[in-house]
Amino acid sequence: MGPFLFKRFATLLITLAVASAVVFAVLELLPGNAAEVILGDTATPESLAALQAKLGLDRPAFTRYADWVTGLLRGDTARSISYDTPTAELIAERLQVTLPLAVLAMGLTMALALGLGLYAASRHNKLGDVGVMAASQIGIAIPNFWFAILLILLFAVHLQWVSAGGFPGWLKDDGGGLWEGIKALILPAIALALVQAAILARVTRSAVLDVMREDFVRTARAKGLSRRQALWRHVLRNAMIPVLTVSGLQFANLITGTIVVENVFVLPGIGRLVFQAISNRDLLVVRDVVMLLAAVVVIVNFVVDVLYAVVDPRLRHA
Amino acid sequence: MKSLARRALRHPSFVVGASLSLLLAVAALLSLVWAPYPPAEIDIPSKLQAPSAAHWLGTDSLGRDIASQLLVGAQNSIVVGVVAVGIGLVVGVALGCLASAKRGWVEELVMRASDFTFAFPALLSAIMLTAIYGPGLLMSIVAIGIFNIPVFARITRGAANAVWARDYITAARAAGKGPLAITWDHVLPNIASQLIVQATISFATAILAEAALSYLGLGTQPPQPSWGRMLNEAQTLMFQAPMLAVYPGVAIVLSVLGLNLMGDGLRDLMDPKLARKR
Repeated sequence: MGPFLFKRFATLLITLAVASAVVFAVLELLPGNAAEVILGDTATPESLAALQAKLGLDRPAFTRYADWVTGLLRGDTARSISYDTPTAELIAERLQVTLPLAVLAMGLTMALALGLGLYAASRHNKLGDVGVMAASQIGIAIPNFWFAILLILLFAVHLQWVSAGGFPGWLKDDGGGLWEGIKALILPAIALALVQAAILARVTRSAVLDVMREDFVRTARAKGLSRRQALWRHVLRNAMIPVLTVSGLQFANLITGTIVVENVFVLPGIGRLVFQAISNRDLLVVRDVVMLLAAVVVIVNFVVDVLYAVVDPRLRHA
Repeated sequence: MKSLARRALRHPSFVVGASLSLLLAVAALLSLVWAPYPPAEIDIPSKLQAPSAAHWLGTDSLGRDIASQLLVGAQNSIVVGVVAVGIGLVVGVALGCLASAKRGWVEELVMRASDFTFAFPALLSAIMLTAIYGPGLLMSIVAIGIFNIPVFARITRGAANAVWARDYITAARAAGKGPLAITWDHVLPNIASQLIVQATISFATAILAEAALSYLGLGTQPPQPSWGRMLNEAQTLMFQAPMLAVYPGVAIVLSVLGLNLMGDGLRDLMDPKLARKR
């Protein structure tokens, strides 16, 4: 396990380094400089020079890059131009919405996908299987933000059970609370989970079907295990490998989906933050949020790779 | 070839998928020459009308005809799909073939670069690009296209490596053919079917991505109609005119469903072994 972990970890660090260089290059070097983008075409040379000095743009690019990266690592980030708050603080505050939303959506996705996938596999080529497969084909085609709008139409506009968006906060003092917070995140999480679950249910089904054809499952059945026992003891663990792979790949979709769906439900998360930053031309916030999201995608893929090795010892030596 | 066409017509998901895709293409082509109304024509007196003979699907808050906007919006989806998939196809296939023909460090470099590009989903690239250059159709096409490159590079390399291991390649090399000629004459024709299938599915993904970007205001800009932006505008009117938030979504779902089903069908038709196994 040691050499495998080491090699994989080294790849992770290199990928993060390259990602940060790309984000820095795209957002700070390509279009003249950040001060010009922030102030627009009508800026006077004096105000441009003043902002350049404030942002430290008069220093060499490499120094700025190094400062940015070390700042990120120490949690000591630049101040947002529009909020005049360190971007790390802004991001941490918004993560209180985005993180629970992503976790809730992932949990729902897994529960739905494993349930439906197993059910379809156990009813292979029967009506239940065909029904789940047809429904998942449609689920894959539904844009998550449209499903979110449909949920608002049904539950907020038509039935009026919930409000059409917004987030009350986690604290009683702010007029929110744990239950109120979760309530505000349920519909967004369902909207995110549907599409993801549709893809993952198909993967689960075909993985379970593949493993059920294996000799060791026949052996298990021959030695007297019931179908259900064989499924739980032997099939599931082996079928989890492709399921894990795909859910790792899907994590990037979940992250971008969260950004979109937050905007549908007007949730004050990372997604809203980055869009407000774009309209405010607050490039420092855009830069740090994009870097954070890219890093999350890369790190999740790393974790998934390590998890494979735990689930399937053969891969450690591959 | 005749039997392929016959099998295609008997393949239910291919028939459904191809019909829906054809519908999308016909809608886009038709809208080039005809639509019930000019899609951007504002007609405030007849705003928010219910469906009628004059306006098949009603009108929006500015009195624009919904059916016409949907028709012309199809153009947008097709343009984004074709160009974004085209970028991925051309660059990705070239990189994949290069990796497969050269092997060694070239292959390693191409593959690591594709792994790396996956860290930037289309939405993240689009956010970076629009933060600098401002929103627009071009930015969304570039962002979606960039994300398609590693998708095609990986598939091409995997499929091409399998072809390079075949005996007829060894024969071609013995006959003195170089890597470029072998790639062109033997590898590409043999991996074409897998690329076609992937292109169909990537087309569907591109339509979804473009709709999301337009919904967020990062993609197609007014007055050019796009399904994503129609949904954005409809969301502010959900209490007065809920159906406005339904039609464009249905158009997106039918297009994506059609392309995905057609892709699945093509895969079965072009790889009969796989079809029997399933």
